[in-house]
Amino acid sequence: MAKNDLQGTLDLLVLQTLAHNGALHGYGIVQHILIASGDLLRVEEGSLYPALHRMEQSGWIGSEWTVTGTNRRAKVYRLTARGRRQLEQAQASFDQLVKGVRAVMRYA
Amino acid sequence: MGAFRRLANLVRRAQVNREIEDEIQAHIALREEANRAAGMSAEEAHRNAVLHFGNPASMRERVTAADSALGLDELWRDARYAFRRLRRAPGFAFTAMVTLALGVGANVVVFGVLNAALLKPLGVPNGERFREIVNAYPGDDSQSYPDYVDYRDRNSVFTQLAAYRISLSGLSTGGNAQKEWDYEVSGNYFDALGVQPQLGRFFHTSDEHGPNSAPYIVLSNSFWHARFRADPGVIGRTVDIDKHPFTILGVAPPSFHGIELFFWPDYWVPLVNAQQLDGYSNLDKRGNHNLYLIGALKPGITPTQAVENLNAVAHQLTREHPKEDDGLTARLVRPGLLGDVLGGPVRPFMAAIMLLALLVLAAACVNLAGIFAARAADRSRELAIRLCIGSTRGRILRQLLMETLLVAIAGGIAGTALAAFLMRFLSHWQPIAEFPIHLLVVPDARVYAIALVLTLLSGFLPGLLPARQVWQTGATQALKGGPEHTGLLRRFTLRDLLLGVQITLCALLVTASLVAVRGMMRTLHAPFGFQPRGAMVAELDLQMAGYADKQSPALLRRMMDAVRQIPGVQAVGSINNVPLGGMDDNSDVFRDGTTDRRSSNSVTTATEYAISPEYLGAAGTHLLAGRNFTWDDNASTPPLAIINATFARRMFGAAPAVGRHFMGGDGTRYQVVGVVQDGKYNSLTEEPKAAMYFPLAQDPEAMANLVIRTSLPQQTLEPALRSTIAGIDPTLPVGLQTWPDALALVLFPARVASIALGVMGCLAVLLAVTGIFGMASYTVSRRLRELGIRAALGAHRRQLMRAALGRPVVLLAGGSAAGLLLGVAASRLLAYLVYQASPRDPLVLVGVVLAMALVGLASTWIPARRALAVNPAQLLRED
Repeated sequence: MAKNDLQGTLDLLVLQTLAHNGALHGYGIVQHILIASGDLLRVEEGSLYPALHRMEQSGWIGSEWTVTGTNRRAKVYRLTARGRRQLEQAQASFDQLVKGVRAVMRYA
Repeated sequence: MGAFRRLANLVRRAQVNREIEDEIQAHIALREEANRAAGMSAEEAHRNAVLHFGNPASMRERVTAADSALGLDELWRDARYAFRRLRRAPGFAFTAMVTLALGVGANVVVFGVLNAALLKPLGVPNGERFREIVNAYPGDDSQSYPDYVDYRDRNSVFTQLAAYRISLSGLSTGGNAQKEWDYEVSGNYFDALGVQPQLGRFFHTSDEHGPNSAPYIVLSNSFWHARFRADPGVIGRTVDIDKHPFTILGVAPPSFHGIELFFWPDYWVPLVNAQQLDGYSNLDKRGNHNLYLIGALKPGITPTQAVENLNAVAHQLTREHPKEDDGLTARLVRPGLLGDVLGGPVRPFMAAIMLLALLVLAAACVNLAGIFAARAADRSRELAIRLCIGSTRGRILRQLLMETLLVAIAGGIAGTALAAFLMRFLSHWQPIAEFPIHLLVVPDARVYAIALVLTLLSGFLPGLLPARQVWQTGATQALKGGPEHTGLLRRFTLRDLLLGVQITLCALLVTASLVAVRGMMRTLHAPFGFQPRGAMVAELDLQMAGYADKQSPALLRRMMDAVRQIPGVQAVGSINNVPLGGMDDNSDVFRDGTTDRRSSNSVTTATEYAISPEYLGAAGTHLLAGRNFTWDDNASTPPLAIINATFARRMFGAAPAVGRHFMGGDGTRYQVVGVVQDGKYNSLTEEPKAAMYFPLAQDPEAMANLVIRTSLPQQTLEPALRSTIAGIDPTLPVGLQTWPDALALVLFPARVASIALGVMGCLAVLLAVTGIFGMASYTVSRRLRELGIRAALGAHRRQLMRAALGRPVVLLAGGSAAGLLLGVAASRLLAYLVYQASPRDPLVLVGVVLAMALVGLASTWIPARRALAVNPAQLLRED
């Protein structure tokens, strides 16, 4: 369970980040998650990029090359309609997971 | 959709790589900027960003993997890499490929034959619905014409029921008659099979109006080509068959060869004309079984239901004809193998050969597994380095598997090509000139599917062993070099076990093939009850030349007198059917005075012959008691018989038989005048059989074979014989061959079995040699450094040899012993396959031991040389 769910969680984090911010490059995603989680979640680049490319292949996100504020070429990602549906699903199942874990923790 | 993008990515691989690289660089640059903004020095900012990012090479790999997740691109790269590696070791690659090609090829050929002979339905519409009606007792597979008519009219399960028999007749288109094979068939034959003519028309039930009413003939395609040069104008022409005119109605399509898989007719003629074709007619004889019945089951009827329905008919028949149809019980078999006559022995034989072929392939796979495992072990350091720098185990596994798969595919293709060639040869092969025996082995989709499955299996299975090895490799351990566990070389590993299994299989196969070859040799020298060596057989068909049965004794006597005058001829005798010649007449015989002569009251069934007085002497059949016939034993004297020892024992027990009487099925009383030695009459493997001989003059037959005992070679005798016989009747067709040649048909199965088993044995030896060779050279190469140190410290050559080759030799000895024991244990199976096969034969035992010793010597020679030539100084300098 652990491996799949963690990967699923990363997907969820990325999709949610893109839903919230519109287009964002990889570094931006890492930083957003770090800040939004109050320095609790540090996403590894080694996991992020394979995940981004996988999600792009699955059609959940799209990408394009743009120029950043500092005049640097960067590849930015944005959510697609399919990705939005996926996000809803992932959110629902994540909520279930949290609910379940909480229930068990309260019980114990 | 994603798949399309991945495929597209394959094409623009370079661009994708560049993009990934750019993305990584952008990421690092962005963090560097942020670091600078946070107040770091330029150098520090860069260092931190790079460190943060981790290993870019590994990440690039993983991102690429995500992009081409189907892995097509990597598969292609792995394939190219494997190909390069194999090219660097051409000897190994070649050996491995040949090994597999032989293994796969053998299997495909055997399966192809099995498929053609047993699995493929009849090549007519709805072929799989056809069944033949045979009798309950195996070996008694034919029916009489009256029984056929009753089965045909009373059953409710066949759409149409046809009958046929295979026969010989003399066809002439003006000149001399030539002996040809025909099928005498019922009028509904072609309609029942649903075949359409390629030219003209076929005959139908409506063409038949009682005996001799349908003088029609339908030609086979090959006969039409061979005899009539494919002339379309032959339709409507008249040919003479046994001096009776028959009209050519049509030509069968090229794909139709009758129903028998092995026995192809030259033409088809209506069964109702049997009197003209054979000189006698069985159409009204319910007790004379000589027809095979075939039909397609009606839609929805299962074979079980059909058998019930047929047996209801059979019981009626038994009630109506208690004498002739005593105990009639029907059984259904798949058509194509002469009822069950051939099917009975062919099925288990093919199954056994298939099993052996699979064993050979298994041995080949085991062999490859060993070699590949050794190669993987030799690469353990390289693989460890790759693990350390971030390669996944899965990736390495895939590469290793790719290598075995590549070898397997190459081997499989070569093997299948070899098999296809062999099958083409088999299809054109006519093993016995006298008989229309063909086996059409056309590989179909099923055969190729099997080839593919076997190829893939033999690619994956041998790859599993090195895979397991890689899976267990600890990177750091392997990097240190040398064997991972010090104890590993002491213990017997899985690889050793596999080699042991392989050697056992090999020894088993070698035992089997030697046993078969010995059995064959013994069969050739078996007691036949006559002496085939030094004798020739001249076949005369007086019927074809238009003589009636009654004229034949006088004519034959004149001929024999003339032939005896040829210098070099020692003796000449005549017999209607040569024993073991493929044709025989059998009759029930009864005790003297039996009034109710139904089959179940008979003493035994005896093979009957009509002979001239000189036959026993010419054939070399020994008279044990009583006297021979003379020409004075003729139609005007009481019926006489000479019987064989088995007949005498069954009919008269231990009491002397000469002078006693017995009865034939028609009530004739025969007096026994002599007893001769037992022999083989129908097949080499038959149980002792009763036989009886009648004087030719009392039992005239138009079919005659002259047995000529002579020291002359065939080339010398043949012209003399032909001119002698032409001097008496120039139109009489004569076929002359040596008696051993004439026995080719009965020896054919044993010969085929020996060849098949012999080939399997050779393959096994080849595999054992490569297997042991691979294992021994691997052991030597792995321990070369250790051997070098030992040599430097002053070890003797013998000690080095023991260290290097001890294990292969132990395995060889153990495996051979086990295989030999298994072979001896399997003696029953072998005896079933090859007549007179017995592994309890010192020659076989010595042969196996010798063969395996040679195998050992051949396969360890080079590794041993390498171990002895070890140069300590050079070795220690390496690495």
